[in-house]
Amino acid sequence: MSSLRISTDVRSGTVARSTAAGLVIFGTAFAVTGHASADEVIVGLVTKTEVNPFFVKMRQAAEEEAKAKGVKLIARAGKFDGDNEGQVTAIEDLISAGAKGILVTPNNSTGMLGVIKKAREAGVLVIALDTATDPADAVDATFATDNFQAGVQQGAYARKALGDKKPVLAMLDGTPGGTVDTFRHNGYLKGFGLAEGDPAIAGSAITNGAQDKGQVGMENLLSKNGDINAVYTINEPAAAGAYAALKSFGKEADVMLTSIDGGCAGVRNVKAGQIAATVMQFPYKMAANGVDAVVEYAASGKKPSGFVNTGSFLITDKPIAGIDSKDTEWGLKNCWGD
Amino acid sequence: MPEPELASTAAGSDAGAAAAGPVPAVASVWSGSTLRELFSYPITGPLFALVVIVLVFSLTTSTFLNAGNLSLILQQSVVVGTLALGQTLVILVSGIDLANGAIMVLATVVIGSYAAHGDPVTALLLGLVVCVAAASLNGLAVTRFRLPPFIATLGMFTILTAAARLYSQSRSFPINSDLITVLGTGPSIGTITITYGSMLWIVLTIVLGYALTQSAWGVRVYAIGNSPIAARLNGINVNAMIFGVYGLAGVFYAFGAWQALGRTPIADPSGYQIANLDSITAVVIGGTSLFGGRGGVAGTFVGALIVVVLKNGLTQAGIDSLYQQIATGFLVMLAVGVDQFLGRGRRA
Repeated sequence: MSSLRISTDVRSGTVARSTAAGLVIFGTAFAVTGHASADEVIVGLVTKTEVNPFFVKMRQAAEEEAKAKGVKLIARAGKFDGDNEGQVTAIEDLISAGAKGILVTPNNSTGMLGVIKKAREAGVLVIALDTATDPADAVDATFATDNFQAGVQQGAYARKALGDKKPVLAMLDGTPGGTVDTFRHNGYLKGFGLAEGDPAIAGSAITNGAQDKGQVGMENLLSKNGDINAVYTINEPAAAGAYAALKSFGKEADVMLTSIDGGCAGVRNVKAGQIAATVMQFPYKMAANGVDAVVEYAASGKKPSGFVNTGSFLITDKPIAGIDSKDTEWGLKNCWGD
Repeated sequence: MPEPELASTAAGSDAGAAAAGPVPAVASVWSGSTLRELFSYPITGPLFALVVIVLVFSLTTSTFLNAGNLSLILQQSVVVGTLALGQTLVILVSGIDLANGAIMVLATVVIGSYAAHGDPVTALLLGLVVCVAAASLNGLAVTRFRLPPFIATLGMFTILTAAARLYSQSRSFPINSDLITVLGTGPSIGTITITYGSMLWIVLTIVLGYALTQSAWGVRVYAIGNSPIAARLNGINVNAMIFGVYGLAGVFYAFGAWQALGRTPIADPSGYQIANLDSITAVVIGGTSLFGGRGGVAGTFVGALIVVVLKNGLTQAGIDSLYQQIATGFLVMLAVGVDQFLGRGRRA
């Protein structure tokens, strides 16, 4: 169709022009920013979502490290918690784009085994960050917090802080079936010195790691048993919800509330005395170490393997003899999120 | 119907021509301008857009235009693409289905939990029953209880999302049956893999496109979308037809569930939370009018591909995938803008 035709018919011209204009704008914007060179080392990062501050920190750290090492980072994410298909698609696209290594925080431990296998067969280094796959050796290596150990740190602190009091424990879990959830839960019990099913456990609630559900769960557990004096929480939002419930029951001073994560909001809650202690994990280490590993692999062909613990620290302003901890001032310098 | 229109429909046996379908716009805007004539076919705009986008990515990246990558794009389109076939049907009769993703997820969970201990064929059939039953409930709410489709299906979306979580107790079910995951597999030549799911999507598009354009049933679907009153006066049982269309859409949602388990062999109640909106996006970008009665499944096929091509191509180029969402949003508005423009032309 000739341009002459377009100008002779005003109305059809509008349709064609608006379509063409949109595409030209898109194309130009694209041509300016685009263009990956063929021999550049590409590192792919696929997080669970774009919104969770934990993954935002991870992405920032990966971008900084990639810049420092002179490699190209392409970041993708699921659109929501549970977007397995979105993550599979992202990994496929990254293989297609010629990524040398892919760092992934799988939404589901078994949901993307197929595509991970495909990536490794194509010679791509695959490292799980934060969340292990099931089986764990489906990936080359896992860079994550030892969540069992982090649970032990939380439980041991809570038990010691209770002193001679007879413990009555409430457990605010995340989402049943998640590996992180199970590790933290079991670690806490181990550190606390209780077996699963011990009568000292007054009850548990599912929070999905969300503040509102943490609050409702804690309210329900408190109305069931008013003697609760220790509360395990899967993460700091759940702990914030638990604190709100404890406060409304007038129990906030009598209960040993502890948590895991190391988000800045959580550390501030520790500083304010709402949470007694939290165990900090380090998403930026996972991401930066991951980028480094891909750079190393691209240079020498050397692959990392197995589980690499990126560490965890207990953060509290009420330290207890015999338990390693850092104060909230240190915590606020090293936390993630706002 | 004027001669040229019949000729163009009959000439093509491929999906593109078949489902471009009855084009009511052509008759009244027959102005002699070839361009206008071309753009009055709902498929032209989307096809043009797809070609331009593919060209841009092919010229600016070294990895996009590669047979393996193109076959991958097809694989990535199948789940939303199959759901969008049902969505197209519903939208053609001036409805909308916000529940289709939730219906599909419920079906995957039912299939996954049954197949954990039971026979995979029965599991898939159960999935089909769930989809048709839930989609028929949509139809019942719209026809019998006279609820606006937006509200009826919004309600169903909420109910079924919760139902899937209750039923599964928020657990996900890994799928180990080869039959249930078969659509994610298929013959490979080098890096090219054409999965059975890709083939199924193409076949379903052709079959539905043929039915919509070549059968009396298809004529009635378009007639209802154009004017339910005129359709009734012409002796069409409008309510029964609309109910049937919603139920039939459920069959495509069941195929969508099967496709989904082929793509990712896990039935996860928290998966596909925005598949409903993704399917509407594919339909609208594909040139089907939200007012009903105009468009078809070939456009939807192209629309689904456009969304995936944008995401894939931007990743090849190393551009933040959030730009894909921005580009998709612009295309949706552009497509509806074009539709509005042509709609005015039709009534003028």
